Amino acid sequence: MSAIVLTGVSLALGGRTILDNIDLDIAEGEFIGVLGPNGAGKTTLLRALLGLITPMRGSIRVLGQTPGRGNPAVGYLPQTRSTLARRISGHDFVAATLHGDRWGLAHQDATERREVARVLDLVGASDLARRPLADLSGGERQRLLLAQALLGTPQVLLLDEPLMSLDPHRQKVVVALVGDLARHLKLTVLFSAHELNPLIGTMDRVLYLGGGQAALGTVAEVITGPVLSRLYDTTIEVVHLGDRIFVLSAHGTTGLEGHCHADGHVHV
Amino acid sequence: MFEYDFMRTAFAAAAIVSVVSGVVGYFLVLRGQVFAGHALSHVGFTGATGAVLLGISPLWGLVGMTVLGGIGMGLLGSRLAERDVTIGIVLSVSLGLGLLFLHFFTAHATQATALLFGNVMGVDVPTLWNLAGLGAVSLTGLAVISRPLLFATLQPEVAEARGVSLRLVSVLFLSVVALAVAECVQIVGVLLVFTLMVGPAATAQALTARLGRGILLAAVIALVEGIGGVALAYVTDWPTSFWIATLSGGAYALASLRR
Ligand SMILES: Nc1ncnc2c1ncn2[C@@H]1O[C@H](COP(=O)(O)OP(=O)(O)O)[C@@H](O)[C@H]1O
Ligand SMILES: [Mg+2]
Repeated sequence: MSAIVLTGVSLALGGRTILDNIDLDIAEGEFIGVLGPNGAGKTTLLRALLGLITPMRGSIRVLGQTPGRGNPAVGYLPQTRSTLARRISGHDFVAATLHGDRWGLAHQDATERREVARVLDLVGASDLARRPLADLSGGERQRLLLAQALLGTPQVLLLDEPLMSLDPHRQKVVVALVGDLARHLKLTVLFSAHELNPLIGTMDRVLYLGGGQAALGTVAEVITGPVLSRLYDTTIEVVHLGDRIFVLSAHGTTGLEGHCHADGHVHV
Repeated sequence: MFEYDFMRTAFAAAAIVSVVSGVVGYFLVLRGQVFAGHALSHVGFTGATGAVLLGISPLWGLVGMTVLGGIGMGLLGSRLAERDVTIGIVLSVSLGLGLLFLHFFTAHATQATALLFGNVMGVDVPTLWNLAGLGAVSLTGLAVISRPLLFATLQPEVAEARGVSLRLVSVLFLSVVALAVAECVQIVGVLLVFTLMVGPAATAQALTARLGRGILLAAVIALVEGIGGVALAYVTDWPTSFWIATLSGGAYALASLRR
């Protein structure tokens, strides 16, 4: 069954079309790497799936429904982490998300405390959750953010650049953790990232965004010279080196070089 | 010192206001909105001086203006980046107005000093009841919004996705802050609102990262500082606000050293 279906969807922000006429069909339980240069519309797409952006045209279905704010079946890890230097324990940070949309006293009952303990345990953050957020490393905070996304029993996880500002080792650990969780909990995952390589081997398919267009398929299908050249409207070459993949622009035109973030920082 | 009625009233007033300030201040510090609290006290100054000009009680002028200011700030500055600029503009306009009102009642210089630096010894029994009532409204309001407030504070993007209106939460919270600020002005004055709103909360956050404990600790620290300030003022005959400010600063310094 399909978890996420987009039919002829166009998304616009401030009058500018970010994604144009996108068709997607993502099956339940799939792990999708959402890739593309800065500004390609990864965040915009995820926010549309949350119901925070209404499509200009077309229809979006998440678990068979039109996206709406406050859908408990969708867990979200946002890209902007504006408030992470607070002097509050990781535990209380995660707990604030649980039923945070209800009015009333911010007091957790026994059931809620168990739920928080469960998700902290899932991501292996039970111990570090005792420390203040401000004292945690980027990778440790990432775990807590992942924990809050798992609260309730989401069927879909929308993770917006969880690898941002992590070193390569930490990136691998986070990807492996999400991969394991997705398998165990039978989650559909959309995992946006700047680089392709940390996700290879874990993701089932890749969704590449660029130039307002989208290409969905296996790495072998999508990360190819012809497909990326079409998305970027210029000549792009894909080089395989061992099990790593590098995306290179043939002309090294300004902008495009910077755009090819799926590469391993190879200069043309 | 408990044999005097005015001292008993002063202690009661300091106790009520300290607890309210400590608890509300905890969230203010957690949200990184201390500048908003500062600005609201200045807005309150305009309200109080304006009320005196019109022959109304300064307390109600204070409350009216701080609440209006809080709502205005919440509505205008929903985006983080805009907030400081918005607040700065509100602050400067209101200070200017307050100065004008002050210009018209130069005869009431003591009243102006009381507004700026507080006068807890001058609190009468009716004012005490007003402070208790305002404090109850402020804390009840905070209790009702505390869940979405924490969510919106710690994870605004997720809160939005979960259907929380960040703007509504912000407006409601700043209204609560406005009431607490208006109370605080009665004790320590416009210029020293930080000593009760920010000092104890920041001290508590330096000592514990747990939410419940932090709120409780902020209330207790504020209470000790408020009561201690009144007692020390009685003994030394120096201003209460000086003592509260000193205790507040000292406690924060100690807590920071410990960390
Ligand atoms: N509020 C907005 N109004 C207009 N344009 C916006 C707004 N927010 C983002 N954009 C633009 O939308 C495009 C897509 O942004 P985004 O989805 O954040 O890309 P990505 O997450 O892939 O880096 C960018 O060009 C960005 O500048
Ligand atoms: Mg993004």
